[in-house]
Amino acid sequence: MSATPTLQKHAKARRGGIFRWSRQVGWKHLVALVVMAYALFPLLYIVSTSLTDMGGIENFTFFGQFYTKNYTDLLTSPDYPFVTWMKNTVTIAGVTAILSVSISAFAAFAFSRLRFKGRRPGLLALILVQMFPSILGLTAVYGILSKLTDYVPAIGLGTKAGLILVYLGGSLGGGTYLMYGFFNTIPKELDEAAKIDGATHTQIYFKILLRLIAPILAVMALLSFIGTFGDYVLASIVFQKPEQLTVAVGLNLLLADPWSKNWAMFAAGAVMSSAPIVILFVSLQKYITNGLTGGAVKG
Amino acid sequence: MRKRLQKFDLNSGGTPSLRGTLVKILLLGLVDAGIGFVITLLFGKEKFGFAFFIGAVTLLVNWIYLRRGGLPAKYLAPGVILLLAFQVYVVCFSGYISTTNYGTLHNGSFAEALDAIQQAAIAPIEGATEYELKVARSSDGALQFIAIDTAAGKVFAGGSDYKKHPFHELTQADGLVKDEAGYPTEVKGLTFLTDDEIVNNSSDVVALKVPLGPDIDKDGFLATVDGYLAQQNKFSYVYDEKTRSMVRLADNKTFIADGKVGFFKNAEDGELLSDIGWQVNIGTKNYSRIFTDKDLRGPLTGIIIWTFLFAFLSVFTTFVLGLILALIFNDSRIRGLRIYRAIFILPYAFPAFLSAYVWRGMFNTQNGFINRSLLSFMGDNPIPWLEQQGPARAAVLLVNLWLGFPYMFLICTGALQAIPSDLSEAASIDGASAWKQIRAIKLPLLLVSLAPLLIASFAYNFNNFGVIYLVTAGGPFLDPTLKVSAGATDILITFVYRIAFSGSVGADYGLASAFSVLIFLLIGSISFFSFKRTRGLEELTQ
Repeated sequence: MSATPTLQKHAKARRGGIFRWSRQVGWKHLVALVVMAYALFPLLYIVSTSLTDMGGIENFTFFGQFYTKNYTDLLTSPDYPFVTWMKNTVTIAGVTAILSVSISAFAAFAFSRLRFKGRRPGLLALILVQMFPSILGLTAVYGILSKLTDYVPAIGLGTKAGLILVYLGGSLGGGTYLMYGFFNTIPKELDEAAKIDGATHTQIYFKILLRLIAPILAVMALLSFIGTFGDYVLASIVFQKPEQLTVAVGLNLLLADPWSKNWAMFAAGAVMSSAPIVILFVSLQKYITNGLTGGAVKG
Repeated sequence: MRKRLQKFDLNSGGTPSLRGTLVKILLLGLVDAGIGFVITLLFGKEKFGFAFFIGAVTLLVNWIYLRRGGLPAKYLAPGVILLLAFQVYVVCFSGYISTTNYGTLHNGSFAEALDAIQQAAIAPIEGATEYELKVARSSDGALQFIAIDTAAGKVFAGGSDYKKHPFHELTQADGLVKDEAGYPTEVKGLTFLTDDEIVNNSSDVVALKVPLGPDIDKDGFLATVDGYLAQQNKFSYVYDEKTRSMVRLADNKTFIADGKVGFFKNAEDGELLSDIGWQVNIGTKNYSRIFTDKDLRGPLTGIIIWTFLFAFLSVFTTFVLGLILALIFNDSRIRGLRIYRAIFILPYAFPAFLSAYVWRGMFNTQNGFINRSLLSFMGDNPIPWLEQQGPARAAVLLVNLWLGFPYMFLICTGALQAIPSDLSEAASIDGASAWKQIRAIKLPLLLVSLAPLLIASFAYNFNNFGVIYLVTAGGPFLDPTLKVSAGATDILITFVYRIAFSGSVGADYGLASAFSVLIFLLIGSISFFSFKRTRGLEELTQ
């Protein structure tokens, strides 16, 4: 037996001809087709809907029509300022992603590399506090923000900064714990060696560790971005005015009146707002797998 | 292990660089300047308590970063502060709310409730003159009503503060000048508002109550709804501060402020004066209600069972599909593997709230894509996806399968690739079949490394508000006789959300918070103990 069984099997499959190929590999392509259809059809459906000229969901035919009117309508609509919503969302989700990743990384470094009293209980508390259903904290969140509106209006209700702070508070526990796993995968001998060479803790943190986990940081930021992008409930209690809304809350407005009336226009909004994320996600796919499992799955 | 680490403790690292110190001082300076600005603003608003509080926190932060050593605190401070302010505080606050009756009916303090009750019970004094109205401002800026009794040819004026601006008849001694029709045009010390100014200040004008005598409860007051006419009104209830009670003038019945229930209540027959109440502490009543209230307990049992079922089936279906796909497609012989994988994970990349809406549209019984196109062969008997319990539950599980299988596919693939290849090689040398390799080697290893993620996924789906709320909103609501409405696909969290924000008698935050504390304890302990059994938290719990 050779040390590279995969290569060997490969050769065998070729030698065995089409019959063996279809038994070993070919059927997998069939499975792939079925799964792709399953994964794609809701997405194709929404793309197709966005190109129809009817308002509601009636009389739909798959890619039967190619009208772009829904897109131009939505982009120019005075009632539904979609472009403003996108700008709001990208700002909020972007700032949240960057800050939450940086702050989590700081804390995770302390948990992974430093030894201090209360480290273990601290880690445990991080995970447990995460378990509180955030939807049910809404009353408290609303209470905090309305107090802040009286005290420091710049971070109160109806402000992006206020919402960002709330998101940050909510994401730090889980983020820190995941990141803690990633820091642990980097051998401690590395920073020990650097220390012997006279590196300070900031140099070890910024110049060695942070650079080593940079791809994971990017993935965590992307996942946080998507999470914030998709949040409906928190954003809907913080913002009221149409021009302040995020995409999630705004698109919900489109479906608010008899809900199928603006269905095609909603579809256009869904396609436009999700396209950049989907592209980014697919192109970073390789890193995302590591980002999801790296902390827990060390092999 | 720990000893060795301590020897290399980073705390005793090299000397900090000049640039690092400068950056640190600059950042701290910026933070301090910002906070200083906020504190001056707070002093301006006389919020001294809060100003001192954030001042103290800022001092603490400065101390943490400026002192030597104490390295962990330097890395933890920003996260800990945010976590305390927006997560721990939220949990504690909910815990506190769960011991109160806070809700739509008990929305604020006693003083606020008192005010609201009185405002809601204003009746015009029967047979009293209705005045024509002009609005003016006195030299101290207070709004004044100038009331004109056209029949008697008299003019009165007064403001909201009876001591400063008592309601009295104006004479020429007050510098009153009238036009030919008898309307005042000038009064000494008063500036008349133009119509535009009245409109601009309409909320103040409408809120103004001008007492007709020294005791507003007895003498009544003047108020307007349109800015042109003013009516003489009286409160229907009179409050006595000494006995903390209200007297209903219509029948002279006394209602005492009951601190136990937060309502004004008659001592004898228990009648409530108004359904407006105030927030009081009711101890563990919300908790005991959950376990004893028949209206809640009826639907609750079913909801809890379905919640566990939903969470379990969601994890199970997504994991099985993801695992099967990962096993099939962890095979470098397949051409176009990258493209396949990219398309498989598309549902995960698509923002979840959009997916939920799209699926809701597709499940529409009459016009939805699924019934019209995919299942068109069912003809006149379409599946009532969102209208009956079974199909609706299947629908949310199908949506969740679609949303969740790519995640499971990704983590299973990652875990499979992390299994050292020599294991499979050794097994195939020993003649183990592909199936046996999977069952005896890969699956056990996978389960060990993925268990923490599966538990986390269970906890997540247990509270998967988004999918249920956006696809079915908990519906269909098949039993209209329930006092607390509960739908066929309601999981705990959506049920509680409805109690909290849109109950039939308005919001009941107290009860909802009690629920959320219980859910928190339940899911926290389930996760804690299952983590304990896996290696996920080995380091923490050993």
